[in-house]
Amino acid sequence: MSGTRTRRVVVAGASMGGLRSAEQLRAAGWTEAITVVGAEPHMPYNRPPLSKEILAGKASFDSLALTPKASTADVEWRLGAAVASADLNRRRLVLDDGEEVAFDGLVAATGVRARRLHCPGPTVGRHTVRTVDDARALVDALGPGSRVAVVGAGFIGCEVAATAVGLGAARVTVVDPEPLPMLRPLGEPLARELLRRHAERGVRFALGHGVTGFAGADRVTGVVLGDGTTLSADVVVEAVGSVPNTDWLDGNGLDLADGVLTDRHLRAGGLPHVVAVGDVARFPNARYDGVPRRVEHWSIPTDTARHAARALAAHLAGGAPDPTPFAPLPTFWSDQHDFRLQSFGAPALGMADIRVLEGDLTGDTVVGYHDGGTLVGVVALGGPATAGAAARHRAQLVRQPLPTA
Amino acid sequence: MQVVVDMNKCKDHGQCVFAAPDIFQLDAEAHLTYVSDPDESLRADAEDAADVCPLQAIRIEG
Repeated sequence: MSGTRTRRVVVAGASMGGLRSAEQLRAAGWTEAITVVGAEPHMPYNRPPLSKEILAGKASFDSLALTPKASTADVEWRLGAAVASADLNRRRLVLDDGEEVAFDGLVAATGVRARRLHCPGPTVGRHTVRTVDDARALVDALGPGSRVAVVGAGFIGCEVAATAVGLGAARVTVVDPEPLPMLRPLGEPLARELLRRHAERGVRFALGHGVTGFAGADRVTGVVLGDGTTLSADVVVEAVGSVPNTDWLDGNGLDLADGVLTDRHLRAGGLPHVVAVGDVARFPNARYDGVPRRVEHWSIPTDTARHAARALAAHLAGGAPDPTPFAPLPTFWSDQHDFRLQSFGAPALGMADIRVLEGDLTGDTVVGYHDGGTLVGVVALGGPATAGAAARHRAQLVRQPLPTA
Repeated sequence: MQVVVDMNKCKDHGQCVFAAPDIFQLDAEAHLTYVSDPDESLRADAEDAADVCPLQAIRIEG
C-alpha cells in the first residue's frame, strides 16, 4: 500500500543496555525496524568479568558474549560507529563515519566511559578497565613481579587490586583521597573491614591523598601523590569513576548535567519518542525519594530497558505509557579475593544508622542501613553463602510500601 | 522448554531465584538447584532469570 513505510527505532549504544532495549521492544510488541548503533566493534558483552575472571585468566574473552534472544534476529547491528550528533526534532542521527540514520523512536543507551586523570606525565603504562580492549591491554601488562598502582578505591579499583595480587604482582597499592576503600557505597564500618581484609591478603593502601602527576619520561614509572611522595609503579590502573556519554545529544535542550535526565517513564526532555536506558540514564526511582539519579549497577540496564521499551512502544502504537511506577530494587555485588560483597536496596540512603544484622564484621556478616528506623538497604560480606545471607533481607526491602506519588 | 545452567559459570548469586522462584532455588548450603523442564507457563519467569544472571550462565532452549 502506498503511503506506508516501515518505521524504525534506533538504539544508540550496543552494550547490555542496547541489547536489552532491542529485546524488550520486541517483547512490548514493536514489530517494525530496530537498528542498534555501537561505538565498539563488538557485539554486546558482559563487563563485570573484565576486572576479575578475565584479568585473572580464568575466563576467555569469548565467554563474555551476551546471547541475544531469538526475537532480535532481524535487528540491524551497526557496530564500530559512534553516534556523533542527534537532532531529536528532525529525528535524525549522524554517525561518526558521516552516515545519517533516521528514526521514529530513539533509545539513548550510550553508557559511560572511564574517567581519566588529567595530570602531567606520560600516558604509556596507564590503563582503565571499561572495555574488552582495555582488559586485553591490562592482561598483557600485568603479571608476576609487576608493581601496580591502582588509582581509585571503588568497585573496579578494589577488584583489580585483588586480581593483581592473585596474579602474583610484586606490589599492589591502591591510592585514593578518601580515608577508606569503597567508603561511599559501604559506609565506615564495612569499608574499614574491607581495608583490613585487603591488607591481610597483601594489598597496600595509600589513602588520604589524590594523584597530582605521573613520573617517567616515555612511560609511567610512578604515581606522584598529593603529599609530594612518588609511588613507583610499572602499571597504573585509573579506576576513578566514569563519564556519561552524552556529547552526541548536545544542542537538543536536554538536561545532560549528569547523564540524560528522564521522567519516571525514562523519557528524556518530555519527548515521548526518546527514552534513556542503563548507566547513562538519570531517572527517579519511585521506591525511594523520587530524586533522579544515575545508577551504575549491572542490573539497571535490564530494569530500565524493560520500562523504557514499554513506554516507547506504547507511544509509537499511539497509546500512553503503563502507569505502573518504575521502582527497581537496586542490587550490586563485587567479588574481591576470596570474598564477596552483595547488596540489596539503597544503603546510601541509610548511612546515618548502620547496624550489624548478622555475624560480626570480621567474619561472614550482614550490615543493615536504616532511615528513620526503617531498613533501606543491606550489604553482606563474606564467603560463598554471602548472596544467600543478603537475600534473607531482600523480601523485607521489597515489601516496604512505595511512597505515594 | 528446557532450562540449562552452565554450572561451571554459576557463582550462586541467586538472582534467578528472585526472578523465577518456581524454577530456581538455593539449597541449605546456598548452592543453586533448579528444575530443568519447567512448565511452559513459567517461560516469562525463566527468561527474566536468564536476563538477570550476573554470569549469564542460564540458557532457555525450546
